[in-house]
Amino acid sequence: MDLRRSMLFIPGNNPGMLQNGGVFGADSVILDLEDAVAPMEKDAARFLVAQVLRTVDYGVSETVVRINPLDTFAAVDIKAIVPCCPDAILVPKVESAADIHQVAAMIAAAEKPEQTPVKIIALLETPCGIVEAYHIAKADPRVVALALGAEDYTAGLGAMRTKEGTEIFTARTIVINAAAAANVQSIDTPYTDANDEEGLLADTQLAKRLGFKGKLSINPRQIDVIHTVFNPSLNDIDWAQQVIHAIRKAEAEGSGVASLNGKMVDLPIVNRAERILHLAELLGLMGGEK
Amino acid sequence: MASIAKTAQAGTLESSDVMITVAPGTQGSGIVIELESIVLAQYGEDIKIILEKTVKDQGITDIYIKAVDRGALDCTICARTLAALSRAGAVLKEEII
Repeated sequence: MDLRRSMLFIPGNNPGMLQNGGVFGADSVILDLEDAVAPMEKDAARFLVAQVLRTVDYGVSETVVRINPLDTFAAVDIKAIVPCCPDAILVPKVESAADIHQVAAMIAAAEKPEQTPVKIIALLETPCGIVEAYHIAKADPRVVALALGAEDYTAGLGAMRTKEGTEIFTARTIVINAAAAANVQSIDTPYTDANDEEGLLADTQLAKRLGFKGKLSINPRQIDVIHTVFNPSLNDIDWAQQVIHAIRKAEAEGSGVASLNGKMVDLPIVNRAERILHLAELLGLMGGEK
Repeated sequence: MASIAKTAQAGTLESSDVMITVAPGTQGSGIVIELESIVLAQYGEDIKIILEKTVKDQGITDIYIKAVDRGALDCTICARTLAALSRAGAVLKEEII
């Protein structure tokens, strides 16, 4: 399981931000060739991101490049960026499985023979993209996650974007469900007010409750809050360990059914407990170290 | 032999960036570099080597380059030079991009 609790956007034409992007501890850094780059600077950003990918050490952060949409510079972005070995490409405004097929073919053509296959994360930010979410997630084995882009999406709906997010509730649950059905991750839209930490906390907690596995981020200051929410708590870990203990004990006694504090422990409960423990292990939270 | 057709510029004067201006050189003029840098004393020669290597790797031998450096890393100097060359009409070698 790849950890994508936080995915931090970094403007692709800003050398200072690009060279320091690895120090914030985001699970993924997204080097952005799309919205963060002025139209006249697309070429310069492409050269810069390509060079940066070859030389800057992003530590444990996954390197993701957001390319431009398919109807603009996607082809030239992919041709320049893929040979520089990013971990993944974030494709904006994906509207159909055909879009993913097209991107996957371009990536395959640009990859060097010895390179690790480049993954695809589909950014769904139009009403059509939301409708097609499941087919997009299943379109190609390279797809590892669906991400929601709520700003463009609400513009497409003609709805007012609010901090409460009622206008994107349906889209959120569709993306989460489609991703889960396709066995890929779901990543929530960014919280765009970088100065509102309480709002970010509430929005991230809601995202986690709904089932998202991570959140896009537009400011390094948001990362700690996002991680705090998505990290399993000590109570979660304790509960998960008790569940696993109970089911193992039951199995040893020849019973497939276990109970914990009077509640039945069945397969979905065990699966949830295993996910929590796996995440805790990845984060070094086991044994009460943190 | 690659060449450039016109004067072009890439980069900014922001911290950690470098602004590169390239102009066609006359035949036989060689690679002429004019460099301003906030770290000229410490890294001036290194920056010139990167500039020279980047254009030579593209097969360009006669060119004028002006670089105004604000503490750019090697990768930024290389990227901005390539962007300027591309904007000046050079056909770049694909593997460098």
